[in-house]
Amino acid sequence: MAVITYIESSNGKIKKSGFELASYASELAKQMNSSAIAVTINCSNIKEIGKYGIEKVLKINNDLLNEFNAKLYSDVIVQASNNFDCNRIVLSSSSDSKYLAPLVAAKLEASYLNNVISLPSNLNPLTVKRTAFTNKAFSDCCSSSAKIIIGLSNNSFGLVENSVSVIEEDFKVNLVNSNLSVKSTEKSSGKVSIADADIVVSAGRGMKGPENWNLIEDLANTLGAATACSKPVSDMGWRPHSEHVGQTGKPVATNLYIAIGISGAIQHLAGINSSKIKVVINNDPEAPFFKAADYGIVGDAFEVVPKLNEKLKEFKLQNS
Amino acid sequence: MKILVCISHVPDTTSKINFVESDTKFDVQGVQFVINPNDEFGLTRAMWLKENQGALVDVINVGLQTSESTLRKALAIGADRAIRINAEPTDGYFVAKQIAEFVKENPYDLIIAGRESIDYNGAMVPGLIAGFLDIDYVTNCTKLDIENGKVILDREIDGGKETLSGSLPLIIGGQKGLVEENDLRIPNMRGIMQARQKPLDTLEPFNFSPNTSTLKFHKPEPKQAVKLIDADNLDELINLLQNEAKVL
Ligand SMILES: Cc1cc2nc3c(=O)[nH]c(=O)nc-3n(C[C@H](O)[C@H](O)[C@H](O)COP(=O)(O)OP(=O)(O)OC[C@H]3O[C@@H](n4cnc5c(N)ncnc54)[C@H](O)[C@@H]3O)c2cc1C
Ligand SMILES: Nc1ncnc2c1ncn2[C@@H]1O[C@H](COP(=O)(O)O)[C@@H](O)[C@H]1O
Repeated sequence: MAVITYIESSNGKIKKSGFELASYASELAKQMNSSAIAVTINCSNIKEIGKYGIEKVLKINNDLLNEFNAKLYSDVIVQASNNFDCNRIVLSSSSDSKYLAPLVAAKLEASYLNNVISLPSNLNPLTVKRTAFTNKAFSDCCSSSAKIIIGLSNNSFGLVENSVSVIEEDFKVNLVNSNLSVKSTEKSSGKVSIADADIVVSAGRGMKGPENWNLIEDLANTLGAATACSKPVSDMGWRPHSEHVGQTGKPVATNLYIAIGISGAIQHLAGINSSKIKVVINNDPEAPFFKAADYGIVGDAFEVVPKLNEKLKEFKLQNS
Repeated sequence: MKILVCISHVPDTTSKINFVESDTKFDVQGVQFVINPNDEFGLTRAMWLKENQGALVDVINVGLQTSESTLRKALAIGADRAIRINAEPTDGYFVAKQIAEFVKENPYDLIIAGRESIDYNGAMVPGLIAGFLDIDYVTNCTKLDIENGKVILDREIDGGKETLSGSLPLIIGGQKGLVEENDLRIPNMRGIMQARQKPLDTLEPFNFSPNTSTLKFHKPEPKQAVKLIDADNLDELINLLQNEAKVL
């Protein structure tokens, strides 16, 4: 009874979150006295997964899989886990993996526990801690199903190094093309996405208007960060919907979240609460965000942000 | 075209989250329940398809009698008929099995659910239904157009969006974007009056059990007080981020 995990790649290279997932899967396997297998699709830098304890990597190369397709990708995971008799499946919390997870669960009649933030506290029945109520609470959940899918929250487990030598295996899959086809993809090129970012610079209505976002983008560039915004900012069309974070927008679980001119409404905080360190810049010392932040600056964003950007540029120069 | 909109009955986003019965149950005291925000976008899109393309729109909820207020609201917004499967929605698997079994007996061309519900954040009900019924599924859906049975959809992906084409039958997990925030429907007096005459059918659950259970809830640890840094001393902030928080 091995553990299997699907390691995502982009342009043939493993995504950063893949190493955290590999760490989790191999630690879980250790706990179960078993071993971990990784599924990779059209991916080239496979050896690197061995650094995080994965012993066997399945290589699936198939032109039907060049573009993400939830149905086909879930078929791949189902076939691999059946073939190797895996009863524990570990998936990430990227939008693609959250898309395919329930399809895998339905096919395997498996339980699906998502938003998981730690290794099981008990293996039988499998019991894990997850976030609930959009990060306003946690719950201990368990399942006695034969097959269980664990959806790991981004950035909740970290990396655990444990070098092993990797056995690579080509794995053939049977695929039936799906009705759904991708017509076009628009990705803001060269920009870090909120899901993959270590640092997110987010701004709210305090920025007064879209013409002032150059301050936010400059700071984000300096930090190699993704940009995000509060809901009213995207509702007013100052920024694209895809930047809206919070309870009804994208969740953010990053290492550093910098909130500029955002009041800190409960719906906003819910979505960003699982970020590790929160910095707030706001000219109102009573803004509720100060209660949720680790570090705070009471000041005018139009003065503080450019100054902070200059200082960080210097800092980066000295530390590069 | 027949559309089924899945409606999850959830605590309002401003609700205080507390637990009772030794932290095993959500405390509903003083909590306002609403249509799950993601479902509201889907329901409004369904209204558009009803008005412009003559679709028939049913709404369904798996829940106890307390969720009837939410179903009435959906009827007041314009749905034609409501169905409540009379059972506690214990987990996503259970809910999806109920809806899938109902749909096997009552087929729909399009099933609209939300990307996720904001209470237990399962993000699985529509995907499971799709898997059980073997129909096409698109989630994080921000746009949905149907013409002569051909469907064009946008899906939000990490860092951008993707445009897909497909066909009916189809199930989607919708979110903001399906319609704009300003276009969300709120029930008006006429809608509320009409809703009273519309059918709200209660069905007994199909025989399935949940496959997960929640043992206990926890609230987050109280947070340490914020460290305030003078706006004239930004070096200190950088120092703390580098050496204390270790995030730079
Ligand atoms: C059902 C529902 C769901 C919601 N979901 C979300 C969600 O997912 N995400 C979300 O973000 N919101 C959500 N909201 C909205 C939320 O309630 C707040 O209205 C919103 O977060 C406020 O955005 P804001 O902080 O940008 O604006 P405001 O509340 O207007 O705050 C602006 C802040 O900027 C500060 N400011 C002004 N000028 C300056 C300056 N020069 N320098 C520094 N600071 C300045 C002000 O002091 C203030 O604190 C939701 C609301 C509802 C009802
Ligand atoms: N009890 C329920 N009754 C009807 N639909 C539901 C129920 N729970 C969830 N759904 C639908 O499934 C979507 C995703 O929910 P979840 O998988 O619980 O995050 C929701 O937005 C609803 O459209």
